Amino acid sequence: MVELVWLIPTFPLVGFLFLLIAGSRLGEPKAGWIATAASTCSFIVTFVVFLGLLAKSSDDRSFEQVLFDWLPAGSLNVEAGFLVDPLSMTMALFVTGVGTLIHLYSVGYMHGDPKFSKFFLYLNLFLFSMLMLVLGNNLVVTFLGWEGVGTCSYLLISFWHQRDSAATAGKKAFVTNRVGDWGFMIAMFLLWSSIGTLTYTEIAQSSPMATVTGTAVSLLLFVAAAGKSAQLPLYVWLPDAMEGPTPVSAMVHAATMVTSGVYLLVRMNHVLTSDALIVIAVVGAATALFAALAAVAQQDIKKVLAYSTVSQLGFMFLAIGSGAYVAAIFHVITHAFFKALLFLGSGSVIHGMHDEQDMKKMGALRSLMPITAGTFIIGWLAIAGVPPFAGFWSKDEILLAAWEQPNIGPILWAVGLVTALLTAYYMSRQVFLVFFGDKRWDEGVEPHESPWTMTLPLCILAVAAALGGLINLPVVADWLYLEHFLEPIFSHPHQFVSSTTTKIILAIIAVLAGLVGIGVAAAVWLVHRVKADQLEPKILENAMYIDAAYSKVVGGVGHKAFEMISNADKKYVDGAINQIGKTTIRLGAMMRPLQSGYMRNYAIGITIGGLVLLIWIIAGAS
Amino acid sequence: MIVTTSWYLVLGALLFIIGGVGLLVRRNPLIMLMCVELMLNGVNLSFVAFSKALGDIGGQTVVFFVLVVAAAEVVVGLGLIVAILRRAPGSTADDLSVLKG
Repeated sequence: MVELVWLIPTFPLVGFLFLLIAGSRLGEPKAGWIATAASTCSFIVTFVVFLGLLAKSSDDRSFEQVLFDWLPAGSLNVEAGFLVDPLSMTMALFVTGVGTLIHLYSVGYMHGDPKFSKFFLYLNLFLFSMLMLVLGNNLVVTFLGWEGVGTCSYLLISFWHQRDSAATAGKKAFVTNRVGDWGFMIAMFLLWSSIGTLTYTEIAQSSPMATVTGTAVSLLLFVAAAGKSAQLPLYVWLPDAMEGPTPVSAMVHAATMVTSGVYLLVRMNHVLTSDALIVIAVVGAATALFAALAAVAQQDIKKVLAYSTVSQLGFMFLAIGSGAYVAAIFHVITHAFFKALLFLGSGSVIHGMHDEQDMKKMGALRSLMPITAGTFIIGWLAIAGVPPFAGFWSKDEILLAAWEQPNIGPILWAVGLVTALLTAYYMSRQVFLVFFGDKRWDEGVEPHESPWTMTLPLCILAVAAALGGLINLPVVADWLYLEHFLEPIFSHPHQFVSSTTTKIILAIIAVLAGLVGIGVAAAVWLVHRVKADQLEPKILENAMYIDAAYSKVVGGVGHKAFEMISNADKKYVDGAINQIGKTTIRLGAMMRPLQSGYMRNYAIGITIGGLVLLIWIIAGAS
Repeated sequence: MIVTTSWYLVLGALLFIIGGVGLLVRRNPLIMLMCVELMLNGVNLSFVAFSKALGDIGGQTVVFFVLVVAAAEVVVGLGLIVAILRRAPGSTADDLSVLKG
């Protein structure tokens, strides 16, 4: 059944092409249903392929399907092919699964939008690109998907491009991502020149590169991942990306696209060197802490979730840096569930509040939006790390992996723990501000529950967020389904070495940290024991002014520098080219009188020329 | 009297020279076109003569090509000349210098 893999991206592609031709004629809601159907079919096929893969024995779970030779160039032959293995199927399953739910949700959310069909066209194109990214059997196909999702991200962030801020945010995301793409390309070039292949299965079997090259490739891949997955210092585009419609934030900027950096590094685990891993772990931990601090003081309901996403992505990179790839993928999945749930929940709130996004103007929505509130609370408990919800299990595994990191383990663990505490705090703050407390909304706003197309995905995701931990329970070794499933793709499968007692103590500390965060938030925002003003310093609200600093440097010094280069280019490079052109024109002007228009002149010219030739031949012959 | 190959060659050369001189001295576009034809056929004659003398079919093949090209040239050339003379009756080749770029 694994041979059906080519169908997985085909469905969204067909949906995209169909909507491209007939989308605006179909209009609302048919266009939305067609896109949802394409996504659903894709999910079903993915599931069938997944079952086919499960039916094979665990050491034989790798299937390549080559459609055609895409770029045959000398000794480099890039195939358009798919790789079905545990990692790609895990990713494809949740991408299509969560994607389908978000398609369904969007049918309700985008109701009444003049560009309704175009939105679904982009969504299907995005799904296609994302599936190419995870299913590709070599780096170039992945890069195709990588650029595809970047483009869709740009199109979807600036979907409401009449708004200046949305158009700017889209451009910002695109440009920042290009910085990361540069790393991806150079990494590919380096890999090609040192081991001579870009196909995953061949990379996995090749002999290791020289340490310096290997570290360079690893770090360049990490630059790519940092761009796509919003790590320091390239995270700046993600908070701004919230200008897009909320389903986009849920799908592109929380559940799927931003995790492609994690996927890339896990996929390339064979080439990552230990030096590079330390860098990845440190950057991941720093990002997690930094973004969590910024999330503490946000006023916008979606901005909190955006910084939270950056922070959770930092967690995933911390896991990769500690060598615990399974924990990273586990967190990718659980995060996809609960963050998509939270984003969709916030979208439902925004929808019900008539496009109000300021949390200070919400409150007491619990009774008016019961389904949204209930599911959001499950998402909150999951992300805060309260057992037995999904987030607890994956976060706990990451913290344990960080603890066991040989060089700076305890520091990484401490940073992770503080982040977990902050996560619990800011999410609780959000829940209390939005769903509890007093009514603070403006006059004329009548909050209402959303239609079933929006609440159904919320309920399904809530179940997933609550029970997602079941796929990898560390209680009994046999229950580590995900770990055993993914094991064959790693060069060095990660082993936890701590004793059971240590593990339990660490888990208890993590849970306590989460509860402390929730408790502090409750004291501040629920019962108002502490004045809230000092807890939202401007410096945190503006994320340490990093954005402003970037604008200052790039817009000031950087702009001037590039202006100088641009002027030099005009003066010298363009000048030289123009001079050649002018000289040619001058030479031409000198020759022009020769064309008199009198035919006899030409005829005499030919005659004389002929005579000269004749004489030359005769003289040469004698 | 035996007609040798040289006779044909001399005739061909004469035709060529007559055509060439005609092209140089005449001003009527139609006559000039005919002179060009004369030159072409002078060459053709030489080709055929050599072909016959040397027993090489190649020369006659070339003549076919020349004939085809000449026919094409006449079609275009005559068409142009007729069109020009209809617009400006009695114009000479020199008058056509206004057509220069």
